[in-house]
Amino acid sequence: MSDDRATPAPIDAVPLRHPWRWVTAAAILVIVGLFLWGAATNPAYGWSTYREYLFNERVLKGVWNTLQLTVYSMVIAIILGVVLAVMRLSPNPVFRWVAWVYLWIFRGTPVYVQLVFWGLFPTIYQNIQLGVPFGPSLLHIDLQNLSFPFLLALIGLALNEAAYMAEIIRAGISSVPEGQTEASIALGMSWAMTMRRTVLPQAMRVIIPPTGNEVISMLKTTSLVTAVPYTMELYGITSREIAARIFEPIPLLLVAATWYLAATSVLMVGQYYLERYFSRGASRKLTAKQLEALAKEQIGEPHP
Amino acid sequence: MTESPMVRAEAVCKDFGALKVLKGVTLEVSKGQVLVLVGPSGSGKSTFLRCINHLEEVTAGRLFVDGQLVGYRERGGKLHELPPREAAKQRRDVGMVFQHFNLFPHRTALQNIIEAPIQVKKVKKDVATARAKDLLDQVGLSAKANAYPAQLSGGQQQRVAIARALAMNPKLMLFDEPTSALDPELVGEVLAVMKKLAAEGMTMVVVTHEMGFAREVADQLVFMDGGVIVERGAPREVLSNPQHERTKAFLSKVM
Repeated sequence: MSDDRATPAPIDAVPLRHPWRWVTAAAILVIVGLFLWGAATNPAYGWSTYREYLFNERVLKGVWNTLQLTVYSMVIAIILGVVLAVMRLSPNPVFRWVAWVYLWIFRGTPVYVQLVFWGLFPTIYQNIQLGVPFGPSLLHIDLQNLSFPFLLALIGLALNEAAYMAEIIRAGISSVPEGQTEASIALGMSWAMTMRRTVLPQAMRVIIPPTGNEVISMLKTTSLVTAVPYTMELYGITSREIAARIFEPIPLLLVAATWYLAATSVLMVGQYYLERYFSRGASRKLTAKQLEALAKEQIGEPHP
Repeated sequence: MTESPMVRAEAVCKDFGALKVLKGVTLEVSKGQVLVLVGPSGSGKSTFLRCINHLEEVTAGRLFVDGQLVGYRERGGKLHELPPREAAKQRRDVGMVFQHFNLFPHRTALQNIIEAPIQVKKVKKDVATARAKDLLDQVGLSAKANAYPAQLSGGQQQRVAIARALAMNPKLMLFDEPTSALDPELVGEVLAVMKKLAAEGMTMVVVTHEMGFAREVADQLVFMDGGVIVERGAPREVLSNPQHERTKAFLSKVM
């Protein structure tokens, strides 16, 4: 492919200088350096204890329990959140009211209070009986003789989180244009089928980013399950168990912080890829791959 | 016994609260006929079309599709609202094409077409796919089966939308300004598909501003304004020799 007209020379201009950026960056570096040096030399941080306990077996057990609490409670919260959001948008007024009252209660009281309540659940309801009201009992569970703080912590976190997830999912559903519902209804689809097949898959793009936030938030909120009390998660083990025994709270707080930060970082990477996946086709902007393909086409020859 | 008309409207009224959008529309569309509805925006023509598909509820009068009362059941001299399942069943036999296409953006052209037959009519996937390919061929888009709506032009999207409606084998097709959102050079390809459909004997009710299409294809032209039918008749008659002042004023602006 040749062109008779001369191609103009590419612009070779002197780039604009930004001296103040260098000055501020240097100042920040000095301050950070001073802080790090101070932290490294201050015995209160107890770095040797930190190193000793970072990969301690009990600590790792705590990390594992924290991750389990996070994942299980988020899974339950998302499923329950979808149900609640769909109920709130349903044409059925009974569903709408039930969902509203749920949200009102679980979003309107602190999660810590709720966790304490779940901890007291076996005291309030000492046993569970299933059967005909005022008639024979079919199933009897004595709650007081069971030990299930993990389960109670899980229920507490999940039910609270479901209220927030419901609002996120509702926002996602509302973001899908009305024409989509109309087209589905006009094709003879039922309301439930329209939700499942047309609306929810499109709502995902709006739902994913704030849900990522919620997962990260949940990871840290698990430290509150000490209210149940459940103490086998990361914060409980480092501060309530180990630090209380060796009287060195600061290095063990740092151990906990390190693990929380590590887990959050992994989640952030996951969120980045999830977001990219669900925003496919949402933008008119061409991806790097598409641009490359178009450039190749323009040149008219395949790349080496 | 004479065959019942495909659409029969008897003094159909529609209010949105205090706002009266339809004030007694009476008309009939026989099987195989094409009715074109024209009129200024806000005249109620789109609302009437949506009533036929029960996307809107009629507030007074009676509306029948193929002899069946739309959205209600008459029993003991009283009307009973149809349960959602029955209402959905009525809609299956009526195809609708929208101004803004309303294709499902997360599904390819082919997936858009097979969605309702598989989900609603429980047609086997391979049967539905074969039929969808056939329909895509009919609207001239066999090459675009795996394209997503965003990768298609407006005219192509609207043709997929027509194929999607046809996949349910409707006995009546409703078109709500199918070419109004299209670039001028894309209008023709959509109208061509609609003309072919009319020639094959599909009963159609079309809301449009394409007077050429109305003249060529319609059996009946209805001019609406202010929620009532102002004038009706054979398209050539109405278009070339309008009787009513409002019709004249409207036609002078659009032709």
